[in-house]
Amino acid sequence: MHPAFSVIFLTTLIGAGQGLFLALYTGQLYSLANLLPVQSDKFYAVGSLAAIALLIGGLVASVFHLGRPERAWRAATQWRTSWLSREVIVLPAAMALTFLYGLFHYLGWTDPLFVISETLPVDLTLIIGVLATLATFLLFLCTAMIYASLRFIKAWYSPLTVANFLFLGVASGFMLAAAFSAYLGNNLVSFYGTWAVVATLLGAISRGFSLYRNTRFRCKVDLKSAIGVHHSDLHQKAQGFMGGSFNTREFFHGNSEGCLLMLRYGFLLMVFVLPVILIVLAYILESTRLPMAAFVIQYLGLLIERYHFFTEAKHPQNLYYQSMA
Amino acid sequence: MTQLALVIDLNVCVGCHACVTSCKEWNTSGWAGPMTDQRAYDEDPTGTFFNRVQTYEAGVFPHTETYHFPKSCLHCEDPPCVPVCPTGASYKREDNGVVLVDYDKCIGCKYCSWACPYGAREIDEKQRVMKKCTLCIDRITDMNLPESQRKPACVLACPTSARLFGDVHDPNSVVSIAIREEGGYALQPEWGTKPANHYLPRRKTRIQIHEDELVRADNPLKKEQLPSLPEGGETLDDVAW
Repeated sequence: MHPAFSVIFLTTLIGAGQGLFLALYTGQLYSLANLLPVQSDKFYAVGSLAAIALLIGGLVASVFHLGRPERAWRAATQWRTSWLSREVIVLPAAMALTFLYGLFHYLGWTDPLFVISETLPVDLTLIIGVLATLATFLLFLCTAMIYASLRFIKAWYSPLTVANFLFLGVASGFMLAAAFSAYLGNNLVSFYGTWAVVATLLGAISRGFSLYRNTRFRCKVDLKSAIGVHHSDLHQKAQGFMGGSFNTREFFHGNSEGCLLMLRYGFLLMVFVLPVILIVLAYILESTRLPMAAFVIQYLGLLIERYHFFTEAKHPQNLYYQSMA
Repeated sequence: MTQLALVIDLNVCVGCHACVTSCKEWNTSGWAGPMTDQRAYDEDPTGTFFNRVQTYEAGVFPHTETYHFPKSCLHCEDPPCVPVCPTGASYKREDNGVVLVDYDKCIGCKYCSWACPYGAREIDEKQRVMKKCTLCIDRITDMNLPESQRKPACVLACPTSARLFGDVHDPNSVVSIAIREEGGYALQPEWGTKPANHYLPRRKTRIQIHEDELVRADNPLKKEQLPSLPEGGETLDDVAW
């Protein structure tokens, strides 16, 4: 497939935004359980604002993918059958809930509404946070299922696609939370850093498996089945045009094997190896700059990872566009 | 239920592209148009087509067989492009099974083209919506046309009658008979999309004739011998005008 930059930015930006929200809410839950020091409402409000900014950034990027963005509202109608439609519904829902979560923190509406078994004070942000967490996980599912539900594209048609989107999104979000904490100079850097490393390692496992899987499978169909001529020595002589078409532009990435290898090692290094090393170093050196570097490097690596994700997909329609005489 | 479809006979297709040009001519000016071109008269021309004719070769020269392969939307009975559409612009007509795109609803997200294993859909760069073969829905449903004209433009244009059109669910239609009797097959059947369009394979009709079958060994009345020529050679009366 030809990598669509709008989609690359959409999936990486909203992944980081969703991950950042999950990081904030996880921090709040930990502080409720007295495992972490309580943070100011401003911390959550500003963090949510950053998460919203990333989600909006993703939404803006996605608009460039559409031929007719002015009709995008119609995309919410087919949620019964289309994962893309489901994403179109869940994305604004997640944005709204994250916004409310940040807003209630900003307004300081954190007085407990009621207390469960005299230990767990439940306030508005906690309730909104549960809903937003649900929406965030649903959004990961919808975004990934857009690709994982295409049964003709075997490289994507796997639960590993969902796992990758989830773990990598969470990893980049927690990485950003660590960078944010480091910037503020509060004491959550090692907490967020640890979870960022855990998510990164989980992502490394699932992405590693999907890379391994995608280098060694055969497509279910071949040219014989594509045109129904069962001769062992078939060649294409003409594609029906000389100057290319949508079929040759949309479904081929046009990168050489060497280039792909470089991209693969590049993203493996930038998404998985360097950020973990930087976070560990930041912990040892108690540096505030290194978590920020870790996030930036991992995000740039994720852009390459998503680009590579597109190049891995071999569309069966390419069987009809193999050569010209 | 009716399922209209094309049956394309690879045995008689000569690869003349008449179906391609007639398709473009009819549809660019009709309901499904315009089918815009980019750089039509410059280097690297490209444009929107609903139908393409490709050419394949089996074997090694000089022992080859050439296949001209017209390729368009197959109007699958279980079309994978329809459920993925987020706006409902892609749909399959209930009454005749034709898969269509509502250009007024399409947002040009290209997701349907990703979901089609045949590469049958193309985005129109100018109108920025997805387009595909409509089986000339504006012709085949136009009751003002005489019945012989209620066929897709490509079928009417084909000089070798390589394209048949009809209802594949009616066992007595010309297409069902062709599929049944001439070995019609579907493309990439492994996916279970159940394409409605079928292709007829290359087939050679040869008879085995042995030398002794040309001469009658047993002919006592000499019935098939020509009368001998008159003496003195032929006259003008002997020549049949």
